[in-house]
Amino acid sequence: MRETILSQGEEIEALLQKLARDLHAAHGDKPLAFVGIRTRGVILADRLVAILKPLRGHIEQGTLDISLYRDDLDNLAALPHIEGSDIPFDVEGATVILCDDILFTGRTIRAAMNVLLDYGRPECIELAVLADRGHRELPIAATWCGARVETRREDYLRVHFKETDGRDDITHYTTKEARETE
Amino acid sequence: MKTVTPRKDLLSFDDMSREEALAILDTAKPFKDLFTRSVKKVPTLRGKTVLNLFYEPSTRTRTSFEIAAKRLSADVTNFAVSTSSVVKGESILDTIDTLQAMQVDYMIVRHSASGVPEYIARHTKASVINAGDGYHAHPTQALLDAFTYREIYPDLQGKRIVVAGDILHSRVARSVFALMHLLGVEVGTFGPAPLIPPTIPDYVKVFTRFEEVLEFNPQVLYLLRLQLERQTANFFPSMREYHRVYGVTTERFRRIREMGMYIMHPGPVNRGVELVDDVMSYERSLINAQVENGIATRMAVLYHLTPEVKTRSGETEDHA
Repeated sequence: MRETILSQGEEIEALLQKLARDLHAAHGDKPLAFVGIRTRGVILADRLVAILKPLRGHIEQGTLDISLYRDDLDNLAALPHIEGSDIPFDVEGATVILCDDILFTGRTIRAAMNVLLDYGRPECIELAVLADRGHRELPIAATWCGARVETRREDYLRVHFKETDGRDDITHYTTKEARETE
Repeated sequence: MKTVTPRKDLLSFDDMSREEALAILDTAKPFKDLFTRSVKKVPTLRGKTVLNLFYEPSTRTRTSFEIAAKRLSADVTNFAVSTSSVVKGESILDTIDTLQAMQVDYMIVRHSASGVPEYIARHTKASVINAGDGYHAHPTQALLDAFTYREIYPDLQGKRIVVAGDILHSRVARSVFALMHLLGVEVGTFGPAPLIPPTIPDYVKVFTRFEEVLEFNPQVLYLLRLQLERQTANFFPSMREYHRVYGVTTERFRRIREMGMYIMHPGPVNRGVELVDDVMSYERSLINAQVENGIATRMAVLYHLTPEVKTRSGETEDHA
């Protein structure tokens, strides 16, 4: 197994700052709702909101659990544990910034959009990701992207956050065995 | 990722671990949260078929399962036994073969004979959920009861429950005993001696006087429905006598309220037999919560089970 740390610590902070600033500049005073996809999308949303709060004041926040909307439930050996979604604001007419750590096939984002639309009809949904590793299987693109990473389809890319993993970094694993250490 | 190994059938709690029971109960919570959304359905069982196979009349349980299955986007068929070929003498296995050919993924089975759901489960690749068999088991009722109990006390370890009434004729009692014991709850029972079966598990404390129940001081008093349709022998003199000796009378209700006990009942209630009318409006009556929680709990059970047939790919997987 070969692992390469692509960015870490301050570099991650800089990526987050840039993401937040771009978002802020594009939306002006318009109220935004940040919705993170469990687990690390929630942390990305938390981080962006923490940066933007001094600039924008109150920001709505929510979390999405996509387990029940996955398109591969039939083929899983074990069932995903369901934590549930928490959308404490009115989705109707909201501008939602959907957050996830990594954009890959696009299937997670497809599921997340379906969950969100079952809560109501937002004015628009934008997608913010920390890293885009390519290999899309659905026509989905990030509106806001921290870093673009060249990967092979069989590689494994992982974002670590202090809150869940004790450190901030983007790590690239180049063998399949890496998945089994998960 | 935290995951749960799926099982094919839910027939009783005989082969279930505490971890698995807690996993199902934990899953029911996010399902309940769905009910506040504008769209209450999730696409989890889209394309799957759920069959209600009720050989015994039931409206409440069948409807609860039907809503649960529909909120998971499954297609639901009710096999109305009285109008089917069962009355023409078709055997259970012939019926199952027919239904198997119709590619059913989940069968919800209720039967007046103990063991029929297990028998069916052995002969079908579909997941079988026991919705009540004879005097044997009614596991989803016990799960929704435990879910309701946990909404008030998230950790049931060391809590107490007394199940009161006709234990002998009650599959609900058997499943409630088993699951509560599995979850670390101390279990007691109270009822007419002829209606307490000799085969009652050792861990169940048997109380013969109501004063003993008060001393045990359970957080929940679980009243069973007196199965009027099953009282063929004379186990007690009369309804009025049953109410006076084993029911929640006005005087007992006063004590229960003072002690802050919660009341559960699997429904439907025989007013004036198991309990006086006032109990229905008691702020610590959980009877309506039980009904509401039935849907989320049954969704969690359907989610938890995995049929052997994979209808999409046509592959068969062996879970045995």
